[in-house]
Amino acid sequence: MPLAPANDEAAPARILGTVTADISRAERWEHFRCRMGGFRNSYIVEPGLYALGEPDANADVLVSANYKLSFDSLRRELSGLDAWILVLDTKGINVWCAAGKGTFGTEELIKRIVSSRLDSVVNHRRLMLPQLGAVGVKAAEVRRRTGFKVSFGPVRASDIPAYMNAGYRKTPGMGTVDFTMRDRLVLTPMELNPAMKRYYPWFAAGVLLLFGLQRDGILFSSAWNGALPFLLLGLIAVAAGALITPALLPYIPFRSFALKGLVAGYAAVLLATLIPVVSNSQDEILLRAVTFLFFPAASSYIALQFTGSTTYTGMSGVKKELRIGMPLYIGAAAISLLLLLVYKFNEWGVI
Amino acid sequence: MRYLANVTTLEYDVEKCTGCGRCVEVCPHGVFVMEEKRARITDRDRCMECGACSLNCEYGAISVDSGVGCAAAIITGMLTGGEPVCGCDGGGSSSSCC
Ligand code: SF4
Ligand code: SF4
Repeated sequence: MPLAPANDEAAPARILGTVTADISRAERWEHFRCRMGGFRNSYIVEPGLYALGEPDANADVLVSANYKLSFDSLRRELSGLDAWILVLDTKGINVWCAAGKGTFGTEELIKRIVSSRLDSVVNHRRLMLPQLGAVGVKAAEVRRRTGFKVSFGPVRASDIPAYMNAGYRKTPGMGTVDFTMRDRLVLTPMELNPAMKRYYPWFAAGVLLLFGLQRDGILFSSAWNGALPFLLLGLIAVAAGALITPALLPYIPFRSFALKGLVAGYAAVLLATLIPVVSNSQDEILLRAVTFLFFPAASSYIALQFTGSTTYTGMSGVKKELRIGMPLYIGAAAISLLLLLVYKFNEWGVI
Repeated sequence: MRYLANVTTLEYDVEKCTGCGRCVEVCPHGVFVMEEKRARITDRDRCMECGACSLNCEYGAISVDSGVGCAAAIITGMLTGGEPVCGCDGGGSSSSCC
């Protein structure tokens, strides 16, 4: 980041440095790595007061999180403006998440106002916060304790110039979050990754073991041949829950994520039975039952996890879905296992 | 997009409202509008229980049992017997959580 040396020691205020609206090439590369999950917890800005351009004592003060992507998107959108940016210590987490956790919160804001001696930097008493910060910041208390009057600006940094031009008023749309196809697709790696890492290996190991088990030991060729359709169906269930459901969210019927995932899962499994490898296994009634019981349920469970990434699901709703869904998922898994065991015993000629 | 109907814990007492407009300013889903100098709820089912309105209504007109609408967090909370904690450590786009 192009940082000029901090102000000389005689200055009463603590200004950490001057930043520009230009995002350097190195920073662009960092942003890309960051979105791909390259840094996780370490992409941060030092908390404190920064000057963007050449702000004077009348310039606006904007408050940001110390997640560098949040800070940089603010810088970029303010191109051509002179303003102060007060960066809170949110432990490198974006505004919304940090506000939910309370790190983008009343106490931290008051602390930074005091430690940067903001009252001696500007001669007005206005602060502009991103709207989503309102989850953690109690404006009335900030005013009571520091004299600074908080206004919550637009949700998106890109609307800030328009908001300022409109006389610090939000026009329709500036104050609401949306959840576009692009927003949702950006998030799917976060769904696919854990599903593939956390559940799939266990599932695959279990399936291979089950199909490989013979009366006289484990047979690898039969493990592979018998398990292959299920391994494929497992991948398809993950894709249906973690990729197709998020991408097509508004177009899949029902409001419930569990039901959306179930619909997507059934559709995907139905299509999958057209694949020769899978369809061969379907002659066996027990395997067919497991196919249509377990995999749509798995897709439904995975789809329910996506509630963590949405911008509109509330806690009470998710709790309700889990209350109804969890017993059904556990039941579906248990029955599937039972059916598979019956199938195995049958194969061994035990029953 | 709307989530499940009739599940939000949002409560609003019009008697206590002074019409300051803060709830309209902070709600990310446009649940409140100003009407004849008082706030009015438009569509409760749009509420995601973020808690911004109740935290910022100085007059105690709004209450909501706020928390994260995130299955992983709630399951973890159920298993550990604690509050649902969101696991959004580091990153995510500005529109993501957990
Ligand atoms: S914040 Fe409270 S007092 Fe102000 S308009 Fe909303 S409900 Fe009324
Ligand atoms: S809890 Fe959040 S989403 Fe619900 S009405 Fe209040 S501000 Fe809006």
